[in-house]
Amino acid sequence: MEKNLMKGNEALAEAAMRAGCKCFFGYPITPQTELAAYMAKNMQKNGGVFLQAESEIAAINMVLGAASTGVRAMTSSSSPGISLKSEGISYIAGSDLPCVIINVERGGPGLGGIQPSQADYWQATKGLGHGDFHLLVFAPASVQEMVDMVVKAFNKADEYRMPAMILADGLLGQMMEPVSFPEIAVEMPDKSSWAADGHKNKRAHHIINSLYLTPEELEKTVVDRYAKYDIIKDKETDAELYLTDDADIVVCAFGATARVVKSAVNEAREQGIKVGMFRPKTLWPFPEKEVQKACANASKVLSVEMSMGQMIDDIKLALSCAKPVEFFGRTGGVIPTPAEVLEKIKAMGGNN
Amino acid sequence: MAKMTVRAERCKGCGLCANACPKKIIEINKEKRNKAGYFTAECIDESACVGCAMCAMMCPDCCITVEK
Amino acid sequence: MAVVFERPKALCDVPLHYCPGCTHGIVHRLVAEVIDEMGIEGDTVGICPVGCSVMAYNYFNCDMIEAPHGRAPAVATGVKRTNPDKFVFTYQGDGDLAAIGTAETVHAATRGENIVVIFINNTIYGMTGGQMAPTTIPGQVTQTTPYGRDPQLAGYPVRVSEMLATLTGTALAQRVAVDSVPHIREAKNAIRKAFENQRDKKGFSLVEVLSTCPTNWGLTPLKALERLREEMIPYYPLGVYKDITAEEGNK
Repeated sequence: MEKNLMKGNEALAEAAMRAGCKCFFGYPITPQTELAAYMAKNMQKNGGVFLQAESEIAAINMVLGAASTGVRAMTSSSSPGISLKSEGISYIAGSDLPCVIINVERGGPGLGGIQPSQADYWQATKGLGHGDFHLLVFAPASVQEMVDMVVKAFNKADEYRMPAMILADGLLGQMMEPVSFPEIAVEMPDKSSWAADGHKNKRAHHIINSLYLTPEELEKTVVDRYAKYDIIKDKETDAELYLTDDADIVVCAFGATARVVKSAVNEAREQGIKVGMFRPKTLWPFPEKEVQKACANASKVLSVEMSMGQMIDDIKLALSCAKPVEFFGRTGGVIPTPAEVLEKIKAMGGNN
Repeated sequence: MAKMTVRAERCKGCGLCANACPKKIIEINKEKRNKAGYFTAECIDESACVGCAMCAMMCPDCCITVEK
Repeated sequence: MAVVFERPKALCDVPLHYCPGCTHGIVHRLVAEVIDEMGIEGDTVGICPVGCSVMAYNYFNCDMIEAPHGRAPAVATGVKRTNPDKFVFTYQGDGDLAAIGTAETVHAATRGENIVVIFINNTIYGMTGGQMAPTTIPGQVTQTTPYGRDPQLAGYPVRVSEMLATLTGTALAQRVAVDSVPHIREAKNAIRKAFENQRDKKGFSLVEVLSTCPTNWGLTPLKALERLREEMIPYYPLGVYKDITAEEGNK
């Protein structure tokens, strides 16, 4: 298959268009800029809509409007911009609308920095807006995976009528790698039972809404949504287990950090240390069974993140705190090195 | 010959129709309440109605029909 | 006898939740009448605000979307850009459109989004119980201006039609009122023109409707109409602030 050398951000955009995304609404922010620029250049040519909004808030609400009519819609941003979008994301989730949101994370809090980070893990998986709800969260670790996951995100968002997020980081966004665009089987479910795209005098009017003033009625919509979440938790988790079968130490990492960790694991193996890696590809739902399997024979677990430690909570929960879970991370835009990770593995007694 | 009809169960007795009527033949009946508890508007002299529909134009609850 | 006035079909046959004498219902009816007359109900998508008219999705028979507070013009943009053959309108109050949603309003207008915006100006936040709105007139008593709006403390009101008339993308900016039958006829003509502008791809059309809030003004419905005439119209003069179709006609 033909391979192109592409920047992560551009590959995300190209994949989205191939996945049938018909509109992109965004607002400039580093380090996701190339994504919007690529869309500006190509979306119209592909018969779609590119629009630079006046704010992140407006952009996500444009997505809400387009998604309400059944069109595949997308926006992208980086950490501070995602915070601004959280209001709209909550409304989108509360209105059971599908869409794809891309977060090319940078350091925070506040204006933070513009270098890579994974400090929006909690935000993406636990609280991207007010109220009881979840997004599907995918964590690619390569440019090729960015492509594959964008397609999957659109398909799953439509299948479950909920927002999906690609949680990438500035490292992946800026990285250039060869990618191929497989012939994408775009799954376009029939949305005519709910889309607000004009009833043509052929059906009752459709209402896209998240307001329920009767508590019991609102409770029911949330409980029904959680029943759907249970199905998703059962069916949609995905993870990579690398050399975990005989591992005494399992290092957990996602996204770009997993590439650093893999180098460290390979180096450790060469030095005879029994270490493996667990890499979740879906952050929500978190692959609990997979992490349990990966750590079944381990005595210790390590979480390596580009943050002060956020995913570690989910690992501890999944393992019911039955094993010690240690943490190593760099934050603020600093990328951990394989040598640092190896040192930590050794410090945990990994060369016994 | 003309006629205005108030859908009493929808009327909130705000009186905007009575105020707009050029013939002054609409009143809020203070004897009778609808299910929602409002006194409602009614035409007190059907023979004088000219069917101008000004009452209906002013009605915020869209509960007046006019025939002519 | 033939029926000369009845409820428009585009208005669902359900009771409106508005307070007695609130003029929201009149404006709803005018929009619905225009939709009926143009025969566009099946091709129209309406966007409701947050505020008293939040539940307008239950009242209009066309497809409806409920937007976050102030974001209706952005939601409408998303709908219209991806469905350019549909008629798209927003229905927004003054808090929604001129306070929290100012950016969305101004930018939808300046982009010349081909949508209709129905803007209800009643100088107060109704749904939350009568707080100061961006349109509250100096001296007006509200829950959050208990001594009357003092511009030294609370700033001055926004005159939305005048402001949006300065933008190139605005096709129509007109202020009307619904305090009397002649004014209601004028309001309907303005709404009709706004929808025709959309049909003719003229761009952003705003109809600002001076409206009442008897409950939160603490007035009877009739006294509220008087206040609209005596206090609001002098501060917010009625008229056409921009109309590119008239300008085109003059050329």
